[in-house]
Amino acid sequence: MATARDSTRTAIAAHAVLILYTLIALFPVFVIVINSFKTRRAIFREPLALPDADSFSLVGYETVLRQGDFFLYFQNSMIVTVASLFFILLFGAMAAFALAEYRFRFNTLMGLYLALGIMIPIRIGTVAILEMMVGTGLVNTLWALILVYTAQGLPLAVFILSAFMKGVSDDLKNAGRIDGLSEYKIFFRLVLPLVRPAMATVAVFNMIPIWNDLWFPLILAPAEETKTLTLGSQVFIGQFVTDWNAVLSALSLAILPVMALYVVFSRQLIRGITSGAVK
Amino acid sequence: MARRRPVRWHIAVFLAPAVLVYTAVMIYPLFNTLRLSFYSEIGRERVFVGMQNFATLFGDAIWSDQFWNALANNFWFFLIHMAVQNPIGIALAALLSSPRLRFAALYRSAIFVPTILSFVIVGFAWKLILSPIWGIAPGMLEAVGLKFLYAPWLGKEEYALTTLALVSVWQFVGIPMMLIYAALLSIPDEILEAGACDGITGWAAFWKIKLPLILPSIGIISILTFVGNFNAFDLIYAAQGALAGPDFSTDILGTFLYRTFFGFQLQLGDPHMGAAIASAMFAIILIGVCVYLFGIQRRLRTYQF
Repeated sequence: MATARDSTRTAIAAHAVLILYTLIALFPVFVIVINSFKTRRAIFREPLALPDADSFSLVGYETVLRQGDFFLYFQNSMIVTVASLFFILLFGAMAAFALAEYRFRFNTLMGLYLALGIMIPIRIGTVAILEMMVGTGLVNTLWALILVYTAQGLPLAVFILSAFMKGVSDDLKNAGRIDGLSEYKIFFRLVLPLVRPAMATVAVFNMIPIWNDLWFPLILAPAEETKTLTLGSQVFIGQFVTDWNAVLSALSLAILPVMALYVVFSRQLIRGITSGAVK
Repeated sequence: MARRRPVRWHIAVFLAPAVLVYTAVMIYPLFNTLRLSFYSEIGRERVFVGMQNFATLFGDAIWSDQFWNALANNFWFFLIHMAVQNPIGIALAALLSSPRLRFAALYRSAIFVPTILSFVIVGFAWKLILSPIWGIAPGMLEAVGLKFLYAPWLGKEEYALTTLALVSVWQFVGIPMMLIYAALLSIPDEILEAGACDGITGWAAFWKIKLPLILPSIGIISILTFVGNFNAFDLIYAAQGALAGPDFSTDILGTFLYRTFFGFQLQLGDPHMGAAIASAMFAIILIGVCVYLFGIQRRLRTYQF
């Protein structure tokens, strides 16, 4: 009896701590979102109250949609993120297959070379990257961002995917070879479908940092027509500091797409982290 | 020689795109940046000046004051992460991994939410919440009778950096939590049961059995935190701007690099001094990674179950 009561008490304490921390984690998001739907007066008078019929207002959203080109920013972010993920997965999987499947001279060396980038942040090379992008005329294009994010994502992608590809059965690939499939067909038709879960993990790991990055959009593509959503909201909020409705609405609009992605992919993300893919 | 194997072109084809992009956009610029730190622009021409940029960076009071300030701030930023973020992450993971806990998945997903938000959102959201104009923070402190503790934390030189570090902790606590959670789940039940037979349960089990087993994960988290903190930039820029106010009290290496090489307001950009700062950051990160790889990781015993 005593132990049963003890364990109930422990469980209650554990829930109390976890609920408290969950509140701390979600509180700022909650405050921003509810206040974005209120009138200016209600924002200041009762910041913690939910919007009601009296205080409900969409004036902030109207300003944001009138002044900022958020659809364009959103589109830019989408293009950059999707294109980078595509190249990371395609190039990463191809290189990982070469490293995992074939024995050739410099195999280990090549693996180490590609793994260097896991620990060294690409930002250190920004000065020369900017110079190169200016030299090739890619500055202020989305290609500049796509190239940088692809290079940044490749090391970890190759590392995770090659570990997975070593687990694909040799019998299957050899059966394919006997049937006369080329090495390319073996890769695209047999191996790629089998490592899809690992590809999803890599995609989810890369998606959020690319979407949220501020450094490279700020330096490589600050022009109005190439702004990403992160940079666009940063600039917009900087200009509208005193318009609280607009700032809160812009923040809520910036939260929305990431939250949507998170709801869709959170299971994959958490499974990816907890399956030890980063170990 | 007739039996020489044909060249296996497909290996080259598979490797080429990744190696080319990676080399051209990451490795080459990295070394080019290190090279540029030995040059300077004199009369519109790029001239080799040897160590002069570093002499300026460490010797010229205007530069060296800023550099040491940014470096010291960066260390403080890192220390707060190590002292607050990682223990909280471990504690949350320990709670989450307790057997038969209900709603564990729900807590896990909710606590991870701040990690997926961009620095811009996090920076501005906390700026608004802590702002004395809006009054959420003072109002909440008043409700629990602690109003006297309130200060405009982001506006005071002595608190601003610590406040931002804690905001960053709030944002990233999900990562150590997840990694430690995974490590705790991978401990086999037999070990814990064997401990329980010897009377080691509850807290004792955590300190004596689980903690030693998750030390390698704690090592990985530490080095990830180190690398992340020493090229941090976005949060400070979003919350305090490139001048890292008030009076440079929140300046870290990332913001210092940005101001120097890109220029800001009255300051003209100087790519060569920027490259020198980037090289210094590279050296710091390299030292950290080497200390981890050769000093810490080798001493940690990894158990295979």
